[in-house]
Parts: sequence; structure tokens; C-alpha cells
Amino acid sequence: MVKVNGKEMDISGVTVSEYLAGTEYEPARIAVEKNGDIVVKSSYDETVLQDGDVVEIVSFVGGG
Amino acid sequence: MNAYPSKEEMMQALKERHGTELQTCFSAGVVAICGLGGLGSNIALSLARAGVGKLILIDFDKVDVSNLHRQQYKACQVGMYKTEALRENLGEIAPYVQIAVYTERITKENAKQLLSEADIICEAFDAAEEKGMLVNYVLEKMPEKYIIAASGMAGLGPADQIRTRKITDHFYLCGDGVSDVKDGIGLVASRVMLCAAHQAHMALRILACEEFQ
Repeated sequence: MVKVNGKEMDISGVTVSEYLAGTEYEPARIAVEKNGDIVVKSSYDETVLQDGDVVEIVSFVGGG
Repeated sequence: MNAYPSKEEMMQALKERHGTELQTCFSAGVVAICGLGGLGSNIALSLARAGVGKLILIDFDKVDVSNLHRQQYKACQVGMYKTEALRENLGEIAPYVQIAVYTERITKENAKQLLSEADIICEAFDAAEEKGMLVNYVLEKMPEKYIIAASGMAGLGPADQIRTRKITDHFYLCGDGVSDVKDGIGLVASRVMLCAAHQAHMALRILACEEFQ
């Protein structure tokens, strides 16, 4: 299982890109953190989520 | 108009308030503020008052009458570049803080050069895509820097939903995470200032030597 924003999900073996494609996140408005480190945008395609990973997807909304 | 206190008098007052050790940490700090709207102009004021050594102010835009309800500009400054207007205002409040201004849009091409001197970068843009661009850029290309970003401070929601979260060792996020400027009534001064205060406060906590954190 992979924990995404506090929720356990059965997505081990899936890449970050593949996971995001099934969500409503807009790639230009997010940052992805995995196990304490940022996942750089250019590696979303290669980064495979593993059992036990803890992921946070930070989604930006407008205003400032 | 009264004369300004001397540099020595102002530094002495800061040291009396904060303690010499803490003020030394603040005075050594360089903070870049990216975007000088409701967040950025308020962050700048807090950090200048605290005696942060140098502020790098970056914005391409001019002060508009529609900014005055939440941004730290004066009605007589409408039409001025925000960089110049804020430099003027900070100069009246904290005349000995070093200020560098860049009146241009931050892009992936110029970010490294504009931000190279900063220890801490405050993301204070309006558009979600710009926020995403800067945060990802800094975390990827300048991993030694700290970035303090903001997301979710629009509307009249409760004040205590604005908070600061540590995402990674070098990435802090302030705001309620959800209140989008496109929904509802847009931005009001008090809630934007709350979020700006969270960002400024986090910057001071990072600059402070460890025993103060």
C-alpha cells in the first residue's frame, strides 16, 4: 500500500505520472513529495511508487 | 518631518527587543520575495521591521487602485512599479535594511540569477501555475535554499484555518490549502495578511539559530 495525502491506496508498482493521470490534479499546479523528498517533475514518468511509500501531493490554488 | 534615528540607534533597539544573538541571525539573513501583492508586500514589512539584513523584491507589475484594499501601498503610489513603491515604503519604516529590486517577471530562465543570493525564498504569486513553477524550480534546481509558499487564503473563512506545514526539510506551505481566489469574494486584507504573517514568521524561524526554534 502507498499512503497518499494520508490515505492508504493500492497503487504500488504505478508511476507518479500514471497515478496522477487518474486524478483531477493539474500537473502545473502541484508539487509531489515522497518520503520527505521532492519528486522532480522530469522524473514523474520513471518514479515507481513502492509498497510503504508516503506521498504528499501539494496542490496550489490561486490568490496572493 | 522628524529626522530618522541613526543606524546604530535602530540596531540597538532591535538588539534590546530580540536579544543580540537572535538579531545577529536576522541581520545576516537574505530573503527573496517573489511577487509583491497582498502576500509579498506584507511579508516584506514584517521582515524589514524585524531587521532582516537584506530583502530581494521581485515583481513586474504596477500599483493599481484595485490593490489598495489589501496590499501595503498608498493611494498616492497608484501607477508606480510595486518594486519602487515598496522600496520607498520600507525605506520610511526600516531605512537601514538593504533592498535589491528586480522589476521583471520571474521565469525558469532568470530565476537562478535573481534568487542566487537568497537564503530563503518566499513564493507570493497570485496564479496557481506560477506558484507551482517556482516551488518545483527551487526544490529541483536550488535544493540548498528554503522555499516558503502559500496556497489558500481567499475569502472570509476562519482565521485559524490558515496554518504553516512543513512538507520537506526545505519546503514550507502556508494557507488553508483550499480557498481559491476564483471562488466567492476574492481576497480580503485581514486573511491575506494572516497568510503573509505565517510566511514571514516561518522565514524568521528559519533564520533564527536553532535554540530559538
